[in-house]
Order: sequence, then C-alpha cells, then structure tokens
Amino acid sequence: MSGHTDTYHEEPFWRKYIFSIDHKVIGIQYGITALVFLLFGFTLMMLMRWQLAYPEQPMPWFGWLFGEEGVMLPEVYNSLGAMHGTIMIFLGVVPLAVGAFGNYFVPLQIGAPDMAFPKLNMSSYWCYLAGGIVMMVGFFVPGGAANSGWTSYPPLSDIATTGQTVWLFGMVLLITSSLLGSVNTITTIVQLRAKGLTWMRLPFFVWTQFITGFLLLLAFPPLEAAGVLQLMDRLAGTSFFLPSGLVVSGELLDVSGGGSPLLWQHLFWFLAHPEVYVLILPAMGIVGEILANNTRKPLWGYKSIVYASSFLGFMSFVVWAHHMFMTGMGSTISAFFQTTTMIISIPSVVILTAMFISLWGGSIRYNTAMLFALGFLPMFGIGGLTGLPLGIAASDIHLHDTYYVIGHFHYVVAPGTIFALFAGIYYWFPKMTGKVLNERLGKIHFWTSMIFINGIFMPMFIQGLAGVSRRLWDGGISYAHATDTFYLNEMMSTSAWLLGLAQIPFIINLIMSLKSGEKANDNHWEATTLEWTDAPSPPLPHRNFEIIPEVHRGPYEYSVPGSDKGFIPQSEA
Amino acid sequence: MEIPYNVEERQDTGMYNAKLGIWLFLASEVMLFGGLFSAYVFLRMGDITGTFASGSQELNVPLATFNTLVLITSSVTMIMSWVSLKLGDMKKFKMHLGSTLLLAGVFLVVKYFEYSAKFHHGIYPDTSTFFSIYFTLTGLHMIHILGGMVVIFYFLVPGSKMMKTEPERFTNRIETVGLYWHFVDLVWIFLFPVLYLL
Amino acid sequence: MSGHSVEDIKKSVKVYIGVFASLAVLTVVTVAASYLDLGSGEAFFLAMIIASVKGTLVAGYFMHLFTERTTILAVLGLTFFFLLTIMFLPYIAFTDQAGV
Repeated sequence: MSGHTDTYHEEPFWRKYIFSIDHKVIGIQYGITALVFLLFGFTLMMLMRWQLAYPEQPMPWFGWLFGEEGVMLPEVYNSLGAMHGTIMIFLGVVPLAVGAFGNYFVPLQIGAPDMAFPKLNMSSYWCYLAGGIVMMVGFFVPGGAANSGWTSYPPLSDIATTGQTVWLFGMVLLITSSLLGSVNTITTIVQLRAKGLTWMRLPFFVWTQFITGFLLLLAFPPLEAAGVLQLMDRLAGTSFFLPSGLVVSGELLDVSGGGSPLLWQHLFWFLAHPEVYVLILPAMGIVGEILANNTRKPLWGYKSIVYASSFLGFMSFVVWAHHMFMTGMGSTISAFFQTTTMIISIPSVVILTAMFISLWGGSIRYNTAMLFALGFLPMFGIGGLTGLPLGIAASDIHLHDTYYVIGHFHYVVAPGTIFALFAGIYYWFPKMTGKVLNERLGKIHFWTSMIFINGIFMPMFIQGLAGVSRRLWDGGISYAHATDTFYLNEMMSTSAWLLGLAQIPFIINLIMSLKSGEKANDNHWEATTLEWTDAPSPPLPHRNFEIIPEVHRGPYEYSVPGSDKGFIPQSEA
Repeated sequence: MEIPYNVEERQDTGMYNAKLGIWLFLASEVMLFGGLFSAYVFLRMGDITGTFASGSQELNVPLATFNTLVLITSSVTMIMSWVSLKLGDMKKFKMHLGSTLLLAGVFLVVKYFEYSAKFHHGIYPDTSTFFSIYFTLTGLHMIHILGGMVVIFYFLVPGSKMMKTEPERFTNRIETVGLYWHFVDLVWIFLFPVLYLL
Repeated sequence: MSGHSVEDIKKSVKVYIGVFASLAVLTVVTVAASYLDLGSGEAFFLAMIIASVKGTLVAGYFMHLFTERTTILAVLGLTFFFLLTIMFLPYIAFTDQAGV
C-alpha cells in the first residue's frame, strides 16, 4: 500500500470484488454469504417442521431427500436440528451483524479510510467462507452432518458419526475468523477515530460493535480449547469428556476414561453465553441508530445505554452456568449464577427502556427500517422477560429442555436480532448501493414476517409450559404430556412455511431495487452520522471520504432549536 | 490509500495499530491457554485414580529443564534483536534473530526426542487423562513455536528488505513478533511446572 | 515502552541480562523445590508462585508491560479477570454438587 498514497488505481476484477481488501467490499461479501446461509438454515427448519406437524408422513416435493419412502429418519432430524442452530448462529446472524454491518459501517461512522488491518480483514472473510464450506461438507460424509445438537454435548458427540469431526474443523475455522475480525474491529475503533470523535461522541452502533469485539475476542478461545479437546477425543482416542465405565448400546466403551462431560459444558457455555450478547448487542446498536434517526430526536439516555451495554458485556462472562442448573450443581453455586443472571437483566432493561422513552414525543417516520426497529422492541422484550424464569434454578427445573426454551431464545434472536438486521438492511441499503429499497414491498415484508414469526414462537411457550421436550423428532406423538398441545404443531409449521414465503418480497426487493430502484442521495434519511453526511452513496472505494471529516458534536443532534435543517451533522463545526 | 497510525503512534492512545492488534491477539491466546489450564485443573481434581501424579513421574525433568532454559535464552536473543534494530545494527540484528530461530529449533528437537521416547514406551495420548492433556498442551505449544519460527524466518530472510525502505515499520514488526515470542515463552513457564513438576 | 534514545536502550540491555539471569536461577529453583518433600497443596502453591514471578518478569520487562500504555493494560486487566473466572470453573464443578 505504500508508494501510492492518495492515488486510486483501477484494479483488476478479482482484486476489486473477490480478494478485495476494501472493507466495504468485504462487508458486502460477508452480507451476501450470511444471507444465503440464513436462508439455508431456515430451509432446514422448514423441513423439520414438516416432520413435527405430520410425523412419519412422506414429505411432498422434498421427500426424495430422505430416500425412497420420503420420510425423515430420526438421525436426519437430529442432523438438521444441529445444523440449523450452527448455521443460524455462527454462519448467519453473527457474520451478518458483525462481519457485514460492523465491517461496512464502523470505519464509515468513525471517519476512517478503512479497517486498521485490511489484509487481515480479507483473510477473516475467507476463513469464514472456508468454515462455512467445511460445515456444508458435513452433509456429504457417511452418517450425515453433525447430529449432536449445536451444543455438541459429549459423550454423545464424542461417539457420534464423522459429521461431528467435520463440524469441529468448521468451528475452528469460524472461531479463527471471528478472532481476526474482532482484533480488527477493536483496533479500528481505538486507533482510527476521526479527529474530535471522542468516546462519548461515538454512535451507539460503534459502541455495540466495540463491546461485541471484546466478547468475541475473549469468549471464543475457551470454545476453541474445548473444540481441540473434543477433536483429540475423536481422533487421538483421548477421553477428556468420557468418564470411566461408559456403556454405549449395552457395551462398555473401550477408552481410558477419567474425563468428564461436564468439562465440555462449562467450556462451551463460557463461550455461548457471551455469544448471546454477541447476537443481541449489534442488533441494539442498529435499532438505536434507526430510532434516533426516525424519531428525529436524540437517543434518550445515551450515556446510560453506553454504560449499560458495557456492563452487559462484562457480566455476560459470569452467568454461563445458568445453562447448567440441571447438571447436579449444588444450591450455593446455583444461587450465585441465579443472582448474576438477575443482575444482567438490569442493563438489558435499561437499554430497552431508554429506547422506548426515545419514542416519546417524537414525530415518528414510519418507513420500513423504522417498522422493523419498532418491531424489535416488543419482540426482544418478550424474549428477555421469558428468560427470567429460566434464570431461576427452581423454575428452570420444570422448563429446562422444553419448547419454552426454544420460544424464549428464538424471540431474542429471530424477531429480535434478525428483525434488527432487516431494519439495518433497509436503513443502510441506500448508502451501500446508492439505490433505495422499495417501501411497499418492504412493508409487505415487515407485516407478514411479524405475524407469522409470532405464529411460530408464541405457541412454543404453551407447549413448553405443558412440558413438551424440545428434542422429540415426532412432534410429541409418543409423548403423553404433549397430547393436549399437539394441535399447535400444525399451526407452528404452517406459520414457518408462510414466513418462508414472506421473505420472497424481500428477495425481489433486493434484486429489483438494485437494478431499477429509486436513486438515493448522499444523506437519504437526513441523518447526522458521518457515513451519511460526509461520504457519497456508495462511499468511495478504498478511502471512503474525499476529505477525512472532523467531528465537533455528539451523534444524535436532531431537532435542534434554531438550526435551519432541523438536525446538525456530527462534522458540522 | 494509507491507513493512519500504521507506523507512527497515535497521539492520544500512544500506540501504532499493530501494537494494539498483537496485544488483543495475545489476550485471546491467554483465554485459549486459560481454558486448557482450567481443563487441566478440572481433570486433575476429578482424578481419583492418581494418573496425574504417576504420569508426571514418567516425564523427563532434566530434558524439560534444559528446554526451559533454551526457550528463556531465545526470548533474550529475541529482545536483543529488537534492541539491535533500534541501534541500527543490522548485522547484530540478524545474528540475534538467527539465534532465536536456532534455539527454537533446538527446543523442537529436544521435544521430538521426548515424544519419541514416550511412544517407544507405549505411552500415547490415550494412555491416561494425564497424558491426554500433556500431549494436547505441549502439542498446541509446539504449534505456536512452529508458527513463530515461520514468522521469524520470514523477517530474517525475505522480510528484512523492508529495513531499507521503511526502517521504523520494520522495527515495529520485530517488536510485535517479539511480543508473540515472549508470550510463547510465558506459556511454557507455566506448562513446565504444571506438567513436569507437580 | 522504555525510552527511545541510544542511552536508554543501552541501559535497558543491562536490565534484560539481569532478567535473563533471574529467570535461569528461578528455573533451577523450581526444579529443586520439586524434590522437597512437600504436601501436594504446598508444592502446587510454591510452583505457581515461582512461575508467576517468572511470568511477571517476562511480561513486565521483555514485553514492556511495566511501562506500557494504559489502553493495553486495561485490555489485559479485563482479560486477566476473565482468566480468573475460567480458572474458577473447576471449583464450581467440584465443591458444591447436589446430593453430595
């Protein structure tokens, strides 16, 4: 890069679009790949929902996937379940939230020409893609893809088919990718802030990416350690997670023993609880930006939500064992983790409340981005509040491993995070492409998604409270508890398929608007942050800004009395 | 396009980018080895048959002590190579960095003899939980040594051209490599007593 | 980082040599200590104390942490806290079990 400062050369195609080191191209690469994986992960679930609604009936159209009978076998169901979780979290939501939006908008919002380490950025994307491909290879090995759940609990995962080994290799690549990514994000935010952009003037989105970076950086390595141990168990015959005297299918397993399945659970949840906040924090950041912009008001309590999210990130490291109340932990330790879990709900409530109060008295513009952002608030509220009974050891004993848990975390991640990500796409699409997404299709997309997604997850609370286990491949047909709530399966499945159809307007919208959409001007939403006020749409390749901006004020100076435009850009002196 | 603070320090943070970058990377490495050390303690606490105490008896303490000294020395030569660069003495830099590479090689050779002696006695990772964690931890540490050797070799031969064009940037690079190398040394300082002496 | 002038650097070379000598001595000490007839708890703490001293020397002088920027120290402080948390994990698993 040295030698040709400030001049920009036309690059060959492969350098410009494939092995690009421009954070914007990498961001879009992340975005497209993640959206494809999201759709694929969702498809797996739509297949599973057939099996749940109509157990052991041959599947129409897609039956050939499961052999001549067209009936999904339990092993296949397990495989699809494990891969659905893995794909949605590690290949879909996190890459979209952190890899795509973080990569694209963090440098723009802080007034930097690129990420701090552009080549590292490129390798992080290619690591991610390689990890994704390895995961997909799992479907084609004997025994099918990993089938021990996305949590891969041993001893089951230790003795599972080859797919599990492939899964572990895929995870190692994905973990490496997000480590590289988080090093890059944190360094960029610390080092490349434009002149005058102090910490308390950072847009909330940048703050959330900063905290997320730390979560990825420090929580992922223990899982990598656990992954290495499980690989050793599977490949070198060690028994880190296999206790002595383990009997499988009536036969004593021939291993040295002395390990403990609990060790995996501890190391796994040490990652996986912070991972929840990796999923939710960037979503909150996006929603914060959009709320402020479309209520034409400053975000209420900016400082409190910044402190609350930092505290949230910190606390997320000391709550992990609330996933393990059923593992025989004693009451003292349970009480400790129950307390920290209750404490961590406070900052979440602070953030959500501040966002609700932000709406107060605003003259709200109901565009699609805003609708998705507004949808996020109650959906995340439901997801968060239904988590409280799971954080209390006593009630968790009843609810553990039921559909209630599924309902709870899907409310956080699906109509929560994914809605926020949709909001982000509608909000930032004009900046990324110079074209505006069609509002009518967008509104169809929002309202149909909103209705059907609740149709999927709301009944899960009812089933869960009735005690239906989340692991039943036949939808509860052989389960006496489930009979009263059995009728809900069909409703949930139909909602899932309709939700799939509801994404069609979105896909059409993306393609149509890109080709022949309304042209966006540089500051389409009349926003105050640097990516809108100082960069063209789309921003200049490799350097973003014609002149690197200077920052003179906080991020959300909307409806300022006396200003002629009604808002003051951050870069205005 | 030039990334700001690639070489020079940013005034308010007092760092160049790569310095923060390498420290963040090392922070994640701390958590990686932290997770494995935690697994070690976990397994040892659950070890009712005493495989840990009897297992560590079988390891070769004199060889490992020698290796510890080798690694400490390589750390010193590493920092001396950086000092030589600061003083602009390219010849001494090459000498020190070369010795670091050589010592790393010695470490691996000794480790090879240790491993093959174990295999010779029929001790493999699946022999007992102690040897499982022993091979995993030392193996992962060796991978780190190997990675470091590749990078050091790069800066010793093809990468050192940069000293002529961008001396400050090259010095920074050597400093970050040094930080990584000291970290690898640091991990061994804890691995040594934990595996061999306890 | 310890100073930039030639004088400062020459001074720090002496420090590095001193650190090297202490590390070598401590290595011998920790091996010698392992032959003492101590209980497993005491042996563990002694070995960990010596290792921590060595680790501090390496991190403090070779990695310049004693004179490093506050940003880096803050990052490492955070990491260290989470490291303690994860080292606390076996304790959680073994000290308090239901029905024991």
